[in-house]
Amino acid sequence: MRFKGKAWKFGSDIDTDRIIPARYLNTSDPKELAKHCMEDEDASFASKVEAGDIIVAQKNFGCGSSREHAPIAIKACGVACVIAKSFARIFYRNSFNMGLPILESDEAADSTDPGDVLEVDMDTGEIVNATKNLHFKARPVPPFMQELINAGGLMESIKKRGMV
Amino acid sequence: MRPMTITEKILARHAGVKEVAPGELINAKVDIALGNDITAPIAIFEFKKSGAKKVFNRNKVVLVPDHFTPNKDIKSANQCRILHDFAIEQKLTHYYEGGEVGVEHALLPEKGIVVPGDLVIGADSHTCTYGALGAFSTGVGSTDLAAVMITGELWFKVPESIKFAFTGKLGKWVSGKDLILQIIGDIGVDGALYKAMEFTGRPIESLSMDSRMSMCNMAIEAGAKSGIIAPDKITKAYVEKRAERPYKFYSSDEDAAYSEVKEYDCDRIEPKVACPHLPENTKNVGELKNITIDQVVIGSCTNGRIEDLAVAAKILRGKKAAKYVRLIIIPATPYIYNEAMKKGYFDIFLKAGAVISPPTCGPCLGGHMGVLAAGERAVSTTNRNFVGRMGDVKSEVYLANPAVAAASAIKGRIAHPDEVMKR
Ligand code: SF4
Repeated sequence: MRFKGKAWKFGSDIDTDRIIPARYLNTSDPKELAKHCMEDEDASFASKVEAGDIIVAQKNFGCGSSREHAPIAIKACGVACVIAKSFARIFYRNSFNMGLPILESDEAADSTDPGDVLEVDMDTGEIVNATKNLHFKARPVPPFMQELINAGGLMESIKKRGMV
Repeated sequence: MRPMTITEKILARHAGVKEVAPGELINAKVDIALGNDITAPIAIFEFKKSGAKKVFNRNKVVLVPDHFTPNKDIKSANQCRILHDFAIEQKLTHYYEGGEVGVEHALLPEKGIVVPGDLVIGADSHTCTYGALGAFSTGVGSTDLAAVMITGELWFKVPESIKFAFTGKLGKWVSGKDLILQIIGDIGVDGALYKAMEFTGRPIESLSMDSRMSMCNMAIEAGAKSGIIAPDKITKAYVEKRAERPYKFYSSDEDAAYSEVKEYDCDRIEPKVACPHLPENTKNVGELKNITIDQVVIGSCTNGRIEDLAVAAKILRGKKAAKYVRLIIIPATPYIYNEAMKKGYFDIFLKAGAVISPPTCGPCLGGHMGVLAAGERAVSTTNRNFVGRMGDVKSEVYLANPAVAAASAIKGRIAHPDEVMKR
């Protein structure tokens, strides 16, 4: 999987209430959720984000609740992948389970400015900042997680193992 | 055999192996899988989409619509209906609504659905609460829940453990809530990322179950996978009259390995307040001068249990909430509601000018029953004070224990319980 898109930059400890505020959790419709993605952090995000854009954040992205609505909202508004220094545990798990590509890289998080064009290769973990001509390597994804992605997420993986 | 922590032992047992080590990926059998009105609809959708027909065990899948109930609007009602229909279709033993539903993490231990030694997953981040019973329990997402509903098992990465060793004696108004806020203030909201937090020491051994649950409840607020307290006679007294299934007490080996050991002297811990907008922004309540407030909420899966209401009643007895301060008290379950009523707390609360809400998550997540307006400030016994958590993005939430919350309601500003109680 390869992506190329423009970066949106966020800080540390972006919690799930900022990714999708709890007041909108009375639905699980991805299109509805996408309309409010990042609303309390940047009210213009949902209307300005374009398909293929990339979210870049500092540490502990997705902390707080277990709501899968968070990665769903991000994916449904067209974001191709999320790069951060670190992810909160449940967000990390949810992303792999439902197929939102995420990568961890301190250097990419530090050197990316809003609007930079990034190229990401999920298979190798290579991140290129095309605007600044910088190259990074993300922390490798554990083989088990890679298998989950290759299977198409957790549900596909249990189907493949004949468990349904 | 290598020495193991309580967490490693429970995981090994459920993975059907003799031992596990941190970092290892395992598939483990799940004793209880929990979903609520926010997370279960997605799980049920995934369950159906996969072609599955029956849950792996109708006694082990628990659905608790507690967040937006009593249904606050049409959308919420439709979400809850999905749980209702699924519970009937699958003949689930543990499904609650109407006058039977309570806040999930208070309800499950109270009903003996979760027992010591269990491996529990819940599509709710505060599932870590059940560590207080000596169970391994952790929050997961809806897809995880769907997978467990079908297969009864799930993948886990065995976490490293951090040991939090307490000494000394708890101060008068200091509870489990203050101990966990002290820790989060110290290590930060990602200070225990991916790890298991194990709470030990004399003061922990004398903590009530309610206080233990408040502590383990907020392990997630330090980024942890789980929080756990080794079961003892206090645990036994709590579970023996409730447990639905046989239970097993595990404890850590003396020489088990921890990624870190942190020590705390309770003699030095005061009632804490976590200031906006992160649970790690903690201060001693005495440090906060003249922070006026508009609302006080006493409730939630952190502090809506009977001990919490007892402390609030003790402080509010014969007093009134300050004018222009809305005091909202939410017993976490119907049982607690009834207990509080029988003990006469409702009289005290009503005379103090409180609103007593039916059991619900309600305002904790800015859902209903007390949402904040722009510029409003609340003291709340809940667990999160993120931007917009309880309402408008320009509102503020200060997290505290029920004693501080009750004292603050009386004073109309953040206050130490000593300010309203004669020593
Ligand atoms: S009371 Fe609050 S934190 Fe607890 S389960 Fe409900 S919404 Fe979540």
